[in-house]
Amino acid sequence: MTARTIAVVSAGLSQPSSTRLLADQLAAATARDLPAGTRIVTIELRELAHDIVNNLLTGFPSPALRHAIEQVLSADGLIAATPLYSGSYNGLFKSFFDVLDPDALAGKPVLIAATGGTARHSLALEHAIRPLFTYLRAVTVPTGVFAATEDWGSAGSSAGARTALTARVERAGAELAAAIGRRQPAAEADPYAAATPFEQLLRSP
Amino acid sequence: MQFGIFTVGDVTTDPATGRTPTEHERIKAMVAIARKAEDVGLDVFATGEHHNPPFVPSSPTTMLGYLAAQTSKLILSTSTTLITTNDPVKIAEDFAMLQHLADGRVDLMLGRGNMGPVYPWFGQDIRKGIELAVENYQLLHRLWREDVVDFDGEFRTPLQGFTSTPRPLDGVPPFVWHGSIRSPQIAEQAAYYGDGFFANHIFWPTEHFVRLVGYYRQRFADYGHGTPEQAIVGLGGQVFMAKNSQDAVREFRPYFDNAPVYGHGPSLEEFTAQTPLTVGSPQEVIDKTLTFREHFGDYQRQLFLMDHAGLPLKTVLEQLDLLGGEVVPVLRRELDALRPANVPDGPTHEALVTASLAGPGTLEAATLEAGSRLETSAR
Repeated sequence: MTARTIAVVSAGLSQPSSTRLLADQLAAATARDLPAGTRIVTIELRELAHDIVNNLLTGFPSPALRHAIEQVLSADGLIAATPLYSGSYNGLFKSFFDVLDPDALAGKPVLIAATGGTARHSLALEHAIRPLFTYLRAVTVPTGVFAATEDWGSAGSSAGARTALTARVERAGAELAAAIGRRQPAAEADPYAAATPFEQLLRSP
Repeated sequence: MQFGIFTVGDVTTDPATGRTPTEHERIKAMVAIARKAEDVGLDVFATGEHHNPPFVPSSPTTMLGYLAAQTSKLILSTSTTLITTNDPVKIAEDFAMLQHLADGRVDLMLGRGNMGPVYPWFGQDIRKGIELAVENYQLLHRLWREDVVDFDGEFRTPLQGFTSTPRPLDGVPPFVWHGSIRSPQIAEQAAYYGDGFFANHIFWPTEHFVRLVGYYRQRFADYGHGTPEQAIVGLGGQVFMAKNSQDAVREFRPYFDNAPVYGHGPSLEEFTAQTPLTVGSPQEVIDKTLTFREHFGDYQRQLFLMDHAGLPLKTVLEQLDLLGGEVVPVLRRELDALRPANVPDGPTHEALVTASLAGPGTLEAATLEAGSRLETSAR
């Protein structure tokens, strides 16, 4: 079996970022359920913030952003993590997915994750983040992982005991790994390979 | 090799003075710019077609007909003519008429337009953009080549025994370029007909267009019009010059920073690194433009965007002095010397007539310059 690649997109803005921490734990949990050699590539959107806005304005990505987009598109699975702002994903997170081709994530297994101050915001995963990926026709795994500030302080994480958050992370990682395992390794579509011969364009009504 | 300028025809406030030209001033400025293009030795002037403010050129053949009377050598063209929303019958007649008035100094570039609301203004549906481009051009192509046309398509009323008038000058239709910034289908269309393909890569990185042009060249060969190297390619460009590089950057920066298309986005430095925009000395423009050939192969037409983002007419005319005086003569010499004998020169009416008289020829033979180049053609 070919080695698989997991792309991690984190829209956390502070340094260090709890969103990134959650994303890293999800990536590790996913990789544990995939064959050895699984590659994890992490994209911090903060570093691409200007490039993302520039792409929105000019219609094309800078070399750094293009590289990041290619890493996402060529990955076998995606972990998408955002802090919650005003009850939803933050603007940077949305803007990154806005500059992708609308078909770019079609069929790709995606694990969604979010961080927030309190557990009261956790359903933003279901009313905001999952619908975004549904629109993009990605395949989100059933478990989305939300981490509130208090989750990081729960007992057990250092002692090795399973906290509620750890359990969710492991379940979600296993689901993503299973979804990746069910699919052929990702290959980027070639718009030129798929171009229609002109006679066919002429014939189509 | 043909060099020229293409204009969007935008009415934009000059960020340096805060002054906005009137539509009348802008239209007259476009005329002055075209005349200047001829004066400084450029080969081509192309105007955009737009039907919404802040753009003025809604009626390209009216403007180009006026320019035909004001010029004597300049090739009058478009960038682009909307093949989606214009009735192909009207395009056929307008451009044939223009061809007669301009004694053949006419070609055109077809495009789909970039804004959805335009389509319903002309009774069309943007969701059918590609289909409209395919069917409308199929009809346009026939109207210029068949004296009597019967046609039944999806997008307009049928034609029975229709003759588009006037017939093309000397029986040779205007040369057609197909412009596209992202659609392989349009490259496919250009290749199928053996027409030219214009890649306006001024706002996009080169790598994307290398693939698009490479695809067109290969398909041009697949359809039997010649080798990939003989396909007819045009490229965009965008420059601002001063004798001294730092002066060019300083003068252009406010226009760049406030430009309608890319303003308030990437820095001038980022944009010049990532796109064909060159802001610097004439020598820097020469050096950057010469890299286009390395990326895209020998090509036939280079158009520069010179008058946009609110640049005042006086500045644009000075820019054209530099372009025609210092840049194009060098590029012309270098690129003509590098182009192999069996790769066609830029298409002209005279060459197309010569080739059509020489018998049933291929496009690349047709666009080889009349005379020795034709005789020594490898084909």
